[in-house]
This record gives sequence, C-alpha cells and structure tokens, in this order.
Amino acid sequence: MTGEQIIFLITAGFTLGSGLMVVTARNLVHAALWLVSTLFGVAVTYALLNANFIAVVQVTVYIGAIAILFIFAVMLTRRDLRDSGPQTNKNWWAGALLAVLTFAGLASLLQGWSGFSKTGAAFPSDFDAIAALGEALVSPDAYVLPFEVASVLLMAALVGAVYLAFNRK
Amino acid sequence: MVPLSWYLIFSAALFSIGLFGVLTRRNAIAILLGVELMLNAVNINLVAFWRYGDVTSMAGQVFAVIVFAVAAAEVAVGLALVISVYRRRNTVIADELDMMKW
Amino acid sequence: MNFWNDPLKVAADWLEGIFTGWGMDAVFAHVLVAFLGVMLLIVLLMVVDIFLVWVERKVVARFQDRLGPNRLGPFGLIQPFADIIKLIIKEDTTPGSADKVVYNLAPILSMMSVLILWAVVPLAPVMLGTDLNVGVLFIIAAGAIGTLSIIMAGWSSDNKFALIGGFRQVAVMVSFEIPMLAMLMIPVIFAGSMNMNAIINSQDVWYFWISPLGALIFLIAAIAELGRAPFDLAEGESELVSGYNIEYSGMKFGMFYAGELLHAFTFGGFWAILFFGGYRFFGLEQVSPFLAILILIIKAMIGYWLIMWVRYTVMRTRIDQMLAFNWKFLTPLAFALVLVTALMNALLAGAPTWLYILGMFLANVVTGWVALEIARSVTRKEREQVEGPAKTAEASH
Repeated sequence: MTGEQIIFLITAGFTLGSGLMVVTARNLVHAALWLVSTLFGVAVTYALLNANFIAVVQVTVYIGAIAILFIFAVMLTRRDLRDSGPQTNKNWWAGALLAVLTFAGLASLLQGWSGFSKTGAAFPSDFDAIAALGEALVSPDAYVLPFEVASVLLMAALVGAVYLAFNRK
Repeated sequence: MVPLSWYLIFSAALFSIGLFGVLTRRNAIAILLGVELMLNAVNINLVAFWRYGDVTSMAGQVFAVIVFAVAAAEVAVGLALVISVYRRRNTVIADELDMMKW
Repeated sequence: MNFWNDPLKVAADWLEGIFTGWGMDAVFAHVLVAFLGVMLLIVLLMVVDIFLVWVERKVVARFQDRLGPNRLGPFGLIQPFADIIKLIIKEDTTPGSADKVVYNLAPILSMMSVLILWAVVPLAPVMLGTDLNVGVLFIIAAGAIGTLSIIMAGWSSDNKFALIGGFRQVAVMVSFEIPMLAMLMIPVIFAGSMNMNAIINSQDVWYFWISPLGALIFLIAAIAELGRAPFDLAEGESELVSGYNIEYSGMKFGMFYAGELLHAFTFGGFWAILFFGGYRFFGLEQVSPFLAILILIIKAMIGYWLIMWVRYTVMRTRIDQMLAFNWKFLTPLAFALVLVTALMNALLAGAPTWLYILGMFLANVVTGWVALEIARSVTRKEREQVEGPAKTAEASH
C-alpha cells in the first residue's frame, strides 16, 4: 500500500465519520460543526486529486460562507439553544434502509462498469490546470455560457433570499 | 496511485449518508445539511472523473465550480425560507409545517 | 550550491543523509525532515510573536504619550516573558454551562488559522513552505477557519456578550472578505498567476504604484478582517466587555491574543508581498536568502506599524455604519476597480512601461475620486433630508 492510498483511507474514514455525525448529532450546532469537518475532508480529497483550485474554493466557499450561514441560521431559529425531543422522525428506519439500498445499488451498478478500477495517468508535468480552468470558464468555445448562467442564478438567489428574509413591518 | 473505484465508492457512501439525513431529520435546517453532503458527493465524482479521464479537458472541474454556485444559491434561498417560516410559525420542524394541507 | 545560497535545501539534505544513515526508509526520512521544517517555522513564528507583544505595547504607549514597559530588562524587553508566565500560571477557567470540546477547540483553531497562512509566504526566493499555484486564494481560505473559530468561541461560552461579539465579528469578516478577494485579483491580473513567488518576481515596479487604490482597499479590508480598531466592535469593551473571548482566561485567552498580533503582522507581510515587492529590494535579495528574509520582515513590520497606527488613532465605528460602509461603498468600489484595472491592462498591453504605469496610476486616482464624489453627493442629500439645506457659511469651511 502506497503513502497516497493510506492518506486517502484516513481522509475518507474521517470524512465519512464526520458525515455520519452530521446526520445523527442531536445538537444542531454540533451537526453544523461536523459538516465543517466533512467539508474539510472533501477539500483534502480534492487536493489528493490534484485539483488545487477546487480544494481551496471548497474551503473558501463551503466553510467560509455556507457552513457559517448554517450556524447563523441554526442560532436564529430557536428560542432555546439546547435541543430537546427526538431529532429524527418516526420513519427513520425506512430512511436508513433506503440509504443502505441506494449505496448497495450504486456500488453494484459501478461494479459492472468497465472503467471502474482504472488508475489515472501521470499528471502532465508542463500542464497548468489552473490556467486551463480559467480559460475554459471564459472561453466562448468552452463553458462561458454555463458559467454566466450560474452567475445569473446566484444573483437571482441573492435577490430572492433578501426578499424572503426581509422583515416587513 | 489510488484507483478510481475508491473515490466512487467513497462518494457513493457520502451520498447515502446525506440521503439518510434528508429522509430522517425533523429540523428543516438539518435536512439542508444532508443536501449539502449529497452535493459534495456529486462534486467528488466530477473531480475524480476529471482526474482519471483526460486531464486537459476541464469539463469536470468546470462543473464542480458550477455546483459550488448552485449550492450557494440553494443555501441562500433555503435558509431565507426557513427563517421566514420561523418568523410566521415559530418552528422549523418539517412535520409541523402543514400550511399546504388541510 | 552552498549553505549561504540555499540554507534550507542544504540543511534538509544533510539531515536526510543522517536519517537514512541510521537505516531509515528514504521516503519516511523525507517526510520527517519536512515535518521538522514545519516545526522550525512554527517555533520561529512563536518567537516573533513574543517580540510582537513588546512592539505593540511600546508603540501604543508612544501613540498615547507614555513610556510603555521599561522596568524589566533594557527597554522593557523582558516584559513579554513576564506576561507569558502570568498567562500560564493563571487559573484556567471554563464556564460550567460551556460546550467543553468546542470551547477548548476555538483558541487552537484561531492560532492555526494564522500559522497555516505562513505555508504560502515566500520568505526568500528559495525559502517557502509550499509553492502553491493558488497561493493568493489560500489567504481567504485560511481566513475562513479564523471566522469559524470566532463563532465557535462565541457560541460555546454560553454568554450573551460572547455570542453578540461573535455574531458581530463574523458578520464583519464575511462581508469584508468580498472586497479583499476582489483586491487580491489585482496582483493576479498584473502577474497572470496566483502563485505568490510569481507575483513577487513580476514586480519590477511595485504594484503599489500601478494600483494605489487597490493597496488601500486591501489594507482597509485586512484591518476589518483582523477585527482591529476602527473595526473592533467584536470586542467593544464599553458595550460587550470583551466580546467573543470574554470567558477565556490564562493561555486560552493568550492564544487568541497572540493569534491576533501574529495575524496583524502576517497581513502586513501579505500587503508587502502583494503590493510592495515582497523580499525584493534593488537586487539585494539575490545576495543571500538571509538578506531577503530581513527585507521581507522589515516591510512586514512597516505594514504592521501602519495597522497599529490606524488602530490607535481612529475611533470605533458602529456595526451598522461598518456594514453599510462595506456593502454600499467598499464592495462596489472594489468591483469597479477590478473592472477598470482589467480593461486598462488590456488597453495598455503594448504600451511602453512608463505609459503603462502612468495610465494605471491615473485610472486608479480617477476611480477613487469618482467614488468619493458619488459618496459625498449621496451623503449630502441624506444630511439635507435630516437637517435641511446646508448653510453656505458651513460649506465654506
């Protein structure tokens, strides 16, 4: 087993463990904090995949903005900061069953795919992934249209969020 | 080198955990937390396919960036809705929000 | 290659030779040496941090027309050690209703978010933690961890002052991240790279001369990000007692305090790297890496001194003033400046150097002037609505 594989296994175990805590923690602030550690684990996974830009953006956008927003929302929507009562609904066993079935289904589906266990080619030494990504995002031959649509979506979401949460007297 | 299968299984597991959270949590914000886990699982797949396919074609990373934007939009609108509901009904438990049925 | 040209590489090779000589695996020896290098950097930073406590106390004393510590050792140099001993032997208290794990994790994360920044700081042409190709974005990513530590401290203390302080600080940090990120794009536009070393190497002319407004906005956003006066309403002693760190005592408070000082120094360093050429100073950096480190530290100290100057001169603002200032003035101005810079950079691409610098400088000045005029006319209208039309006698002042 190589060093990279060991690092991957540690990261994956850490991420999945934190993910389980997110969905099972009774205290919602704790769940949000566990989400942060899950997101961090995912960022490490991106770094292992040589996607530096995506890894750093993951930390900036997800941990710096989205997770903080979650913690704010948890604190804004409760009278008492301590949690009481069950945090899961009555049909939790059905949800668990469905989740396990989904995982089994995905795993068996992937097992049958020919490219399942392929290993990646070595990273080209003179290839600048960040420059290539930047060009792909703004080049008319590539993905400028989806990128612009995403920015319009973000703008619309921003306006909508402000309108929804605005406190009318 | 880690084979592609490890990443795919990892992301499938993360997706299932997120699905479990979405299906079982009572608190609306906790449901959104589960949705975030599912979006992250999708992103791991996108980036893994970029790395193990043709690295010079940036489609995987580009769509990962777009998923970031979609996730940010989803969280902004979702949490605004939750806060707005909390103002009217004083609760964020999804079972108790029954304004649409009678 | 000898020790004076590339000390880190020589020392690392020497250590690796010793470790493999003991029969250690080559890969393991490499990892161990890298780990030792990280430890060395952290220890050096902590030593600098002790020195910063003394500098801060001395400088604030001068600004407030007093002497500052001068009893222990020459110029009071031993004072910070006395501070540390006091912090260590002080009783370590935890509120009974606090969330213990989160409460104890917050100061560690706060310190970590600062130390992690030094992974991408190029101390000298050959001395840097990692030559990350997204180094500039890394600054913001590390700031995200700092934000998290503050909200964790504020929430877990189970104290209303701490929670309000944490909320305020996080609101400030999240909103001032936006102009800061926009201003980080300006050196990236000029250098064509997000790599710190590439940004320094392309600064034949300091970027400050090409984009003075960008440097100014970056400094303002950095001060807000640090939570220092005039943006220190998270602490706001007069209303919140001490803000998010109110329940912390002993070395846990010390971690927040030391982290804040080192953070200010670090941002002085980033200001120097992004806009003042980093370790470059008329080719002196080529002579020896040690000289390059000295140049970077002097430049970072000047930036740190400027941040202290602002802190001890300007009054604290209110949270609504501060967020309005960010969202209605600084953020639009930052975006406009990025647009203007990118356009001018494309227009002046083939121009001679002197014309390029002059055009960029003038574009910055004009952008800043227009923004100020717009802000002035808007605030004048607001004031007239409240007070009635301004008297001519007042206007002539």
